[in-house]
Parts: sequence; C-alpha cells; structure tokens
Amino acid sequence: MTLKTLDASFVEGIKTGVFLLALAPLIKLGIGFYIDALGANPIEKITRTTGYWTLTFLLITLSITPVRRLLGWNWLIRLRRMLGLFAFFYGSLHFLTYLVLDQFFDWPAIVKDIVKRPYITVGFPSFILMIPLAITSTDRMISRLGGKRWRWLHRLVYLSAVGGVVHYWWLVKKDITNPATFALLLGILLGIRLIYRARGLIKVRLGPKTVSS
Amino acid sequence: MKKNEARIKASEITPRELFYARRRFMQLAAGASAAALLPESVLAGDKLADVKTSAYTLPDKLTPMEDVTRYNNFYEFGTDKEDPAKNAGRLKTRPWTVTVEGEVNKPKVFDIDELLKLAPLEERIYRLRCVEAWSMVVPWVGFSLAELIKRVEPTGNARFVEFISLHDPEQMPGQKFSVLEWPYREGLRMDEAMHPLTLLAVGLYGEVLPNQNGAPVRVVIPWKYGFKSAKSIVRILFAEKQPVSSWTQSAPGEYGFYANVNPAVDHPRWSQAKERRIGEFLKRKTLPFNGYADQVAHLYTGMDLIKNF
Ligand code: HEM
Repeated sequence: MTLKTLDASFVEGIKTGVFLLALAPLIKLGIGFYIDALGANPIEKITRTTGYWTLTFLLITLSITPVRRLLGWNWLIRLRRMLGLFAFFYGSLHFLTYLVLDQFFDWPAIVKDIVKRPYITVGFPSFILMIPLAITSTDRMISRLGGKRWRWLHRLVYLSAVGGVVHYWWLVKKDITNPATFALLLGILLGIRLIYRARGLIKVRLGPKTVSS
Repeated sequence: MKKNEARIKASEITPRELFYARRRFMQLAAGASAAALLPESVLAGDKLADVKTSAYTLPDKLTPMEDVTRYNNFYEFGTDKEDPAKNAGRLKTRPWTVTVEGEVNKPKVFDIDELLKLAPLEERIYRLRCVEAWSMVVPWVGFSLAELIKRVEPTGNARFVEFISLHDPEQMPGQKFSVLEWPYREGLRMDEAMHPLTLLAVGLYGEVLPNQNGAPVRVVIPWKYGFKSAKSIVRILFAEKQPVSSWTQSAPGEYGFYANVNPAVDHPRWSQAKERRIGEFLKRKTLPFNGYADQVAHLYTGMDLIKNF
C-alpha cells in the first residue's frame, strides 16, 4: 500500500479523522462561549471565526482536485463531498450568526445591508449559491441530474469562493494581509485549473500522440 | 486546558483585583530596581492620587475594565483587537516628554510627570464610539486639554492643533508594517480642542493609563469616532493649516477630518445608525454627536455635516 493506493478501510479512517478535525473550530467556539473566553465582543468573534472557516473549507475543497492530479492520490476525491458540506455548514452558521446574534432579525436593517453594504451584497449571493450545491450533493441527486449537468452546476462553487474573497477584502478596515492571502491561494487553485484546461485543448488539437504530458 | 480553566474560574471571583494583583506582582518582580528609582507611582495598574470626581458622569453602566483593556484598536501594536493588550508591554512610558510647539507664544517641552500635575486630575465617564460600530463607557482620568493650551498661549494664527504619537518600531511592533503612515497623526480645530469636554487623559478606572489604552498620555474627544482620540502623544503642534490625519490620509473617502459621531452619515462600507455596546446583546441606536449634541452641536452650526464627515 502506498499513498497512491490506500485501501478502502484506511480511507474510511482518514475520513473519520478529517470529520472530527473539521468540527474542531466549532467545538473551540462552543467551549470559548461556555467559559466566556471569546473576548469583549463574542458576537464579532463568532461571526469572524465562522466566516473564516467557510472560506477555508471552500479553498480546501477546491484544492482536492489539483492535489489529486499532481500527486496521483485518487482517494482524496472521497473526502471532497464532506469538505464541501463543511464549507456549507460553517457558511450556514456564519449566516445564522449574522441573522440572529448580530442583527437579531432586524429585517429592514438586513435588507439595507444587502443592498447598500458592498461586502454583504457580495457575501449574501455567495452563501445562497452554496445552497443548491449542498442540496444536490447526494448520490441520488447526482444520478438524477446526470454527471454532466451536475458538474456544470457545481462550477458555481468558483463564484462562491471568489465572492467570499471579495467579501473579506471589502470588509477589512485596513490590514488586507488575510484576504490577500486567500486571494493568492484561490488564484493558484483556479490558475491550475486553467492550465489543465489549456493543456486539454492542446491535446485535442494536436492529437494524443504528440503530447508528452 | 486544565490550567486555563482554573485561571478562568479564579478570575470569575474577583477578576479585576486578581488580574492586577498578579500584574503588579510581575511588575515588581521584573522591575523592582527600576521602580525604586521612580519618584512616584507611574506603572499601569498603580492608583493615581488625588483624583476628584467631576460633573462629567453618565447613567450608563461602565464597561468592565477587563474589556476596556483587552479590546483595543491601537494599530501601533497590531491590527487585531487583542494585539495591543498582548504587545504593549514593550512600550516605555518613562522617561517621556511632550513637545508643545508651533503657533504658540510659549513653546515648551513637558516632562510627563510635570504634565500630570499641570491641573487637578478628575474622573470623567465618557461614551466611546468606535467608527466600527461598537461602543464602551469608560471612566477616564485627566483634565481638559484647554488647561494645557492656555499655558502655551496660542498665537492668533493658531487655528488647528495636531497630535503626533510616538514612532518607534522597537517599542511599537505594529509600526514595522505600513498599515498606516507612521507616526499616527490626528488633529482638531482650535474651538474643538478648547472645548471643556476634550480631555487630556492619563488614567483609567482611577489608575495609571494601561499601555494598550494610549499611555502615558492621550486625548479623548467623546463626540467623535474613537480614531480621533490620539494615543501615546509625544508632540502637540499648533498650526494655521488644517492637518491631515493618518486615517484620512489612508482612506480619504472613508475617514474625514471631523469624524463626528453621526448616525445619519454611514461609513461607505457599513451603517453607523446603530452600535453594539460591548457587553450588550441587542444593538443600540447611535446618538448624534454620541449623545453630546447639547454641548457641542453649536460648534458646527451652518456646516454641512454630510460633506464634512
Ligand atoms: C449572507 C451572507 C453573509 C453575510 C451576511 C456575511 C456577513 C459577515 C459579517 C457581518 C462579517 C464580519 C465583519 C466584521 O466583523 O467586520 C463577515 C466576515 C467574514 N465573512 Fe461573511 N457573510 C456572508 C457570507 C460569507 C461567505 C459565503 C463567506 C465565504 C465564502 C464569508 C466569509 C467571511 C470571512 C472570511 C469573514 C472575515 C473573517 C475574519 O475577519 O477573519 N462570508 N461576514
């Protein structure tokens, strides 16, 4: 057994481990809340932590395909759905934090935010776009939609990720180190895909024989 | 984890006393010799002597000292709100001088301990409204900036006052990054600076100002957004021309020279209509001039406060 060819039970083990790890930020928040260790402004801390992990899980999810191709670790694909759903999970917590803790159902203020605050204007659709992806993540939905349509639909994740980075960039007051780091990472992940695509096109044009790859 | 829990539990009993007992102990242990050379109590956490109560109080509940001292915007020590409490230990507040110069008849370099005795210290409870839409209620100790201004006798040309903060990346590690142009600069119009509400603050909760709150001397202008209240001041300059504040320079469309608290004028990226008072769950409505309209609105009669944000 090498890292390229892990057996199924080993992959299941990894999956359980990743699942528990992915819950760690939430557990940490929960404990922090319980022992009152979230600082002077706990609501802000919760909003920021959940937002941060939404974007982080989106980027981790997007890195699965390139890493799999580069290293040949095909089993990674078995983690992708779970990681994507964790992005949606933290995104939902992030949105609920805003709705309940931050705004406390102040609908006029929320509508005003969505219309007038550029970072919310971008964040809101970025979250909404994740909903159909989560709904269509089951095996049944994949076969109902058919692979081609499903893949097309799930390209929406790129919009969510770009929206998430723009959202972050626009909300920081001055220090853009973090959003810029996310932007760079996302740029790399999307760039790799473009390169693969371009190569694919060349392959088609030149015919398979001339491509050494 | 265990250690942490134990600490939290202990601090729940008498948070402030315990916190300061520990801190004082560490300060004594670390700087016993240095402290022995100092004439008076000048360390953060030391009680200030002879502080009068004043008429400047509020019915609002005070924000606990732990929150006032661990949730700060002080980019000289880092851009996260927890950074100043973590990193401000390197700031040396003695010796310290404040150079007052420019359009004045009697320019003077004040030693900080001289400044502390310039006028009787009084406690003033002010609301603090940050431009980021959160607020606190803080019992400052100090005296009106006007007391200092009178002593240096501004000339007829003095129309503005500029406050310049310390610039020393060794003591202020955040200055190794150019998030803002250092040193931090802020300014007021003369009538704003002379207004009795404008406070030269040297203390907090009856004690010497903690480093992360702008030690050893700062200004507090309670009807303006927090960033107007310059911290760790080393120079006060009187001038005819309106100075350019650090935040205005960095984003002129977002942070104006006046920066009066105004629920009707939103920050371009977020609303200023409401604020979260630290420690409260529901947001409160933000008041014009942060609730000080009766005292200060007249300073701006005839001015377009949307243009002069
Ligand atoms: C309905 C949609 C959304 C709303 C209303 C919303 C709102 C917010 C708010 C209010 C903040 C805190 C701003 C502050 O403290 O100054 C925030 C931070 C953040 N949000 Fe969102 N957001 C939304 C969707 C998203 C999505 C879809 C992502 C990621 C793809 C995301 C990622 C982030 C990040 C990374 C932060 C900053 C975290 C940090 O400061 O470390 N948000 N969001």
